[in-house]
Amino acid sequence: MASRFKIPHIASSEITSETAYFNRRELIKVAGMAAVPTALAGCSSAESAETPLDFAAAGDAGAGFTTSEALTPEGDVKSYCNFYEFGTDKGDPAKYASEMTTDPWSIEVDGMVNKPGKLNLEDIMGFELEERIYRFRCVEAWSMVVPWIGFPLYKLLEKFEPTSDAKYVEFRTLYRRSEMRGTRSFTNIIDWPYREGLRMDEAMHPLTLMAVGMYGKTLPNQNGAPIRLVVPWKYGFKSIKSVVQIRLTSKQPDTSWQALAASEYGFYSNVNPEVDHPRWSQRYERRLPSTLLNPNRIPTQKFNGYEEQVGALYAGMDLSKYY
Amino acid sequence: MKIGNRMLWLLLFLAALAPFLWLVFLAQGGGLGPDPARELMHFTGEWALYLLAFTLCLTPMRRLGLWSRALRYRRMMGMFAFFYGCLHLLGFAQLYVGWSGALIAEELLERPYILAGFLGWLFMLPLAITSTRGWQRRLGRKWVSLHKLVYPAAIAGVVHVFWQARSDIGEALLYVAIVTVLLAYRLVLRLRTESQRRAQTA
Repeated sequence: MASRFKIPHIASSEITSETAYFNRRELIKVAGMAAVPTALAGCSSAESAETPLDFAAAGDAGAGFTTSEALTPEGDVKSYCNFYEFGTDKGDPAKYASEMTTDPWSIEVDGMVNKPGKLNLEDIMGFELEERIYRFRCVEAWSMVVPWIGFPLYKLLEKFEPTSDAKYVEFRTLYRRSEMRGTRSFTNIIDWPYREGLRMDEAMHPLTLMAVGMYGKTLPNQNGAPIRLVVPWKYGFKSIKSVVQIRLTSKQPDTSWQALAASEYGFYSNVNPEVDHPRWSQRYERRLPSTLLNPNRIPTQKFNGYEEQVGALYAGMDLSKYY
Repeated sequence: MKIGNRMLWLLLFLAALAPFLWLVFLAQGGGLGPDPARELMHFTGEWALYLLAFTLCLTPMRRLGLWSRALRYRRMMGMFAFFYGCLHLLGFAQLYVGWSGALIAEELLERPYILAGFLGWLFMLPLAITSTRGWQRRLGRKWVSLHKLVYPAAIAGVVHVFWQARSDIGEALLYVAIVTVLLAYRLVLRLRTESQRRAQTA
């Protein structure tokens, strides 16, 4: 049931027609409960279906494209995730995200663009890929260093020709209840699908990445396969996973966390030790992996250490007001 | 099969200690994952609450005739709740704020859920200290009144959890439900005895 993601060597249109695809889903539904136990048995987190990628090595440290800090081990990045569509425990995504179908996949791009349209998986994988080694800082006060592979978001947006009215970009994650058990929880209070947003200049910034892989391979489902956003100077929840829609708008879009608790999660959510959060002090972070004897607490840097590259975007703004 | 009192005491002791041993085992072998600080905090906080709730179950269980010997184990269970509460607090000081006085003060003042958790621990502290027979004798009837602090301790613990619930409030709601039932039972009982007393004096 859980078809794992692979890069198609032939166009996906040649592989399966859309109707056949939907019929297949019906067939599975009919096969129904009998198939469930086997499907679950196949959902081990150890399963590795990631495919190696061709990409240019991480370059310009001055531009923030790479860092000399030690990488967080790949296993930790794959096992310790926040992807609430699959449950709120850190281990849930690794256990259950394989239930998500990531092929076929498409991103709908619309709103204030001259050429609205769709990017299919082969279009997405057709972008020139490069590695970016970024610090990743979660609002929960832990952080990692991850070698992502992807392409700058501006390259994607330019294809669709944003109009001069486009001031913001809204993103949506896939919302498919049958494959995302976290969204079926009765006590969940997030209004799915998960939504995030960026201001146009943030979206066009060269650091803003659409990642399709990490550690040299395609993304594991729990890390946002087949394509996710990575905005290294913002808290991790801004880096929306498994994106299916990108809409350019003239008004600031609502985000899921803002809708839930606006006093805690602002639209900007730039990493900033000086702007405090009601739940977690943002002065320090635990750089993972950490241990009990050496928690590896380090001071958090403004804009997660990317102030030189992105500070100008916020010149003159009161960052405690626009948090 | 009848288990002796001492045997049952030992079994309960081991059962309440088992989570701690499991935690040590996990910590030794790297089983707490890449962010053991967070795991340890969740684990110790949850067990403090479980055992506090279990302690609060014992009196109703005896009263309802479910377990006549329940009260024999109340002190030990309460002490274990306090033990996990202490580990939780120590974990916070060591792993989250690195024993920085300024950071601790800031956390208590700016984050009400942390203050609630700390109050929960603080309410349990005098109970743990006066849990010996000697103190029980010395305090007499005041001991009973003092040990009613277990109720605000449980409420503070639940508030501490509920305040942190973010997107899925299921677990927090479960704690609220359990502690509400346990406290409501006592309230109802008390109201009933009071109305009976009034009926008798009238």
